[in-house]
Amino acid sequence: MNKLRTFTIGGVHPKENKLSEQSSITVLPLPKQLVIPLGQNLGAPPKPVVKKGDEVKTGQLLARAEAFISANIHSPASGKIAKIDEAMDASGYKRQAIIIDVTGDEWVEGIETSTSLNKEISLSKQEIISRIKECGLVGLGGATFPTHVKMMIPEGKIAEYLIINGVECEPYLTSDHRLMLEKGDEMLVGIQIMMKALGTEKAIIGIENNKPDAIAHLKKLAVNYNGISIQPLKVKYPQGGEKQLIKAVVNREVPSGKLPIEVGCVVSNVGTAFAVYEAVQKNKPLIERVVTVTGTSLSKPSNFLVRVGTPVSDLIAAAGGLPEDTGKLINGGPMMGKAVSSPDIPIVKGSSGILLIKKVESKRSTPQSCIRCSKCTVVCPMGLEPYLLAKLSKLSVYDKAEKERIMDCIECGSCQFTCPSSLPLLDFLRLGKQRVGHLIRTRK
Amino acid sequence: MSIFTVSGSPHVHGEENVKKIMYTVVFAMVPAMLVSIYFFGIDAVRVLLISVISSLFFEWVIQKYLLKGPVTINDGSAIVAGILLGFNVPANIPAWMIIMGSLVMIGVAKMSFGGLGNNPFNPALVGRVFMLISFPVQMTSWPVAKPLFAPQLTDAITGPTALGLLKEGVDAGKTIEQIVSDPQMPQYLDRLLGNMSGSLGEISAVALLLGGIFMVYRKVIDWQLPVSIILTVFAVAGIFHLIDPQHYIEPSFHIFSGGLMLGAIFMATDMVTSPMNMRGKIVYGIGVGLLTIIIRLWGAYPEGISFAILIMNAFTPLINNAFKPKRFGIALKK
Ligand code: SF4
Ligand code: SF4
Repeated sequence: MNKLRTFTIGGVHPKENKLSEQSSITVLPLPKQLVIPLGQNLGAPPKPVVKKGDEVKTGQLLARAEAFISANIHSPASGKIAKIDEAMDASGYKRQAIIIDVTGDEWVEGIETSTSLNKEISLSKQEIISRIKECGLVGLGGATFPTHVKMMIPEGKIAEYLIINGVECEPYLTSDHRLMLEKGDEMLVGIQIMMKALGTEKAIIGIENNKPDAIAHLKKLAVNYNGISIQPLKVKYPQGGEKQLIKAVVNREVPSGKLPIEVGCVVSNVGTAFAVYEAVQKNKPLIERVVTVTGTSLSKPSNFLVRVGTPVSDLIAAAGGLPEDTGKLINGGPMMGKAVSSPDIPIVKGSSGILLIKKVESKRSTPQSCIRCSKCTVVCPMGLEPYLLAKLSKLSVYDKAEKERIMDCIECGSCQFTCPSSLPLLDFLRLGKQRVGHLIRTRK
Repeated sequence: MSIFTVSGSPHVHGEENVKKIMYTVVFAMVPAMLVSIYFFGIDAVRVLLISVISSLFFEWVIQKYLLKGPVTINDGSAIVAGILLGFNVPANIPAWMIIMGSLVMIGVAKMSFGGLGNNPFNPALVGRVFMLISFPVQMTSWPVAKPLFAPQLTDAITGPTALGLLKEGVDAGKTIEQIVSDPQMPQYLDRLLGNMSGSLGEISAVALLLGGIFMVYRKVIDWQLPVSIILTVFAVAGIFHLIDPQHYIEPSFHIFSGGLMLGAIFMATDMVTSPMNMRGKIVYGIGVGLLTIIIRLWGAYPEGISFAILIMNAFTPLINNAFKPKRFGIALKK
């Protein structure tokens, strides 16, 4: 048996808990009202092009990207704009959002809603990129970086590999897994479209070995597509981290502070590949996504195809209702997701999962003093010393923290997960990163 | 609608905690404890009990009445310290001396620096060295090992350790050949199993190794650290043996005598006082090994590992600063 590939520094093995892995993707009915936050992408939010009282159809443009790093937003249903006002989103803050009273699901002209597979790629490189931009695509792995920007390779660089993230290393989450099983062909076409846009000959899909069915399925399908291969990976968190994935799949190390293109790679996620297929082959904007709703007390952990703007409470209800003992609601996975205070927030482009954690598991253990066991250092995938960085942040010694490479921290949480003294290492690291980031910006 | 707890990620925690680590160490010391009871009988039980109970007591008193803070004696660290102190003294030591040692260990070396995690020096070793300097006679007269249930063969109650015999012999100008033919010198197998004079916990290399393997398996220590100590001692002792076999004993003698195994496996690996990163641990291990063998070969004491570890403890912050882990994305090799 040859050794499975993985990244080399650090990593942890949280309990996988993939409760919803066997549940096929089901379509969630439209809610009465949709709340569409404007800030759904990394970068500047787009500007609304509709106003209160306007009638809109499914797929109609609601807000246009004006900045370079920004993404269009389209209407996820047909209905009437109730208002453009502040509403709470997953950040826990009130932010500008377009609120639509839903009347139905009438699509605008020119969008193909049939599910027949279309493998013929007729658009040119430029047309593909502008279509992706038009359709408001962002990375669906969670970072929500506008996809069209990623497709534009900087002058002088070449993308040797397109690496597709099918790792889903976060415990509990299964949306990518289901998508690979159920939309394999569409995804592969999406990957070929991205390869064309990037001018790349080779694409590799990295999948952790705990999804043997997805690996086998895609391997079988991939023989019909040129240049796409599947790379099974050893299960280890945070393999879905961009830098860790590149290291695992092609054994290249992205230099500190640089982007993947520096080592000839572009990374995208399986969900994004599917969205690219829909945008380019069907002219369908990004208005829905697959979301895992899960938790050990939940009666029906599920994977739903959900329109953007649907309230989280609807998803929980469809998955069997909110369990009594829920203490924490996580938008995302347990390692990197954000805790939110209420289920009255909308699903956005970047929501990959909703996780309910029991009350008894919601409380952190009391921190003790650091026993200098160095376990945090051993598990840090970036080769940092979390105990030291946390201490420097606590003492506000930011210049030293910068020298000790605090900005390399990817906030994966492995250190805090491991710390036997239950120290809130990542809390301090985030604080430190914020301050050091500020220092760096003021220096410029 | 219910309001949920909001806190930063991660929202799950692994299985490790301080208590588990400490009790893993306690468990790893069980084989050596059993051997000490086998060879020193009820005296070994007496020493270990007094040492552990007084450590717990001092930690409790200090936390409750001097620091007036939370009492954390059930985290297991005082038990580990107590056992280690007991391991480092002869079985016939008077009770009050152990209690003094334990007061210095817990009060001075541990609590006054801020308790678990903040002490720069290994507390058990500070306790031991304090006792060695304060009670030099009692700390260096070792009872003769006598297997449990075995008939008393000799009248001797105390006897020299193997290292003591060696030092004495060398100082008296004897050759190695003469020294090892001394009837009091324990045989090879006895030294491995623990049938010799010495401090409670140091006598059986086999029992200590078992504990060490268990700790490596449970990821409480890194094997590289003890191995680098032992290899360094072996290499230096070996070189001198090759140059002058008349005056330098063969190197494995040093490995299986005295406190080297105990020190390398259980004392030098103390998380709190040893370096954080792998390369640092190896440098530290080499340092401990070098100092140990230098003291043993040319110093005033037959034994050197306690001083060696304490000295290297003092270098730990510098080592941590100089030897960083391998960073991701730095120093790319093409
Ligand atoms: S959160 Fe940052 S410091 Fe902690 S393990 Fe991850 S990368 Fe390292
Ligand atoms: S894991 Fe926790 S206790 Fe161990 S060195 Fe890191 S911060 Fe300290």
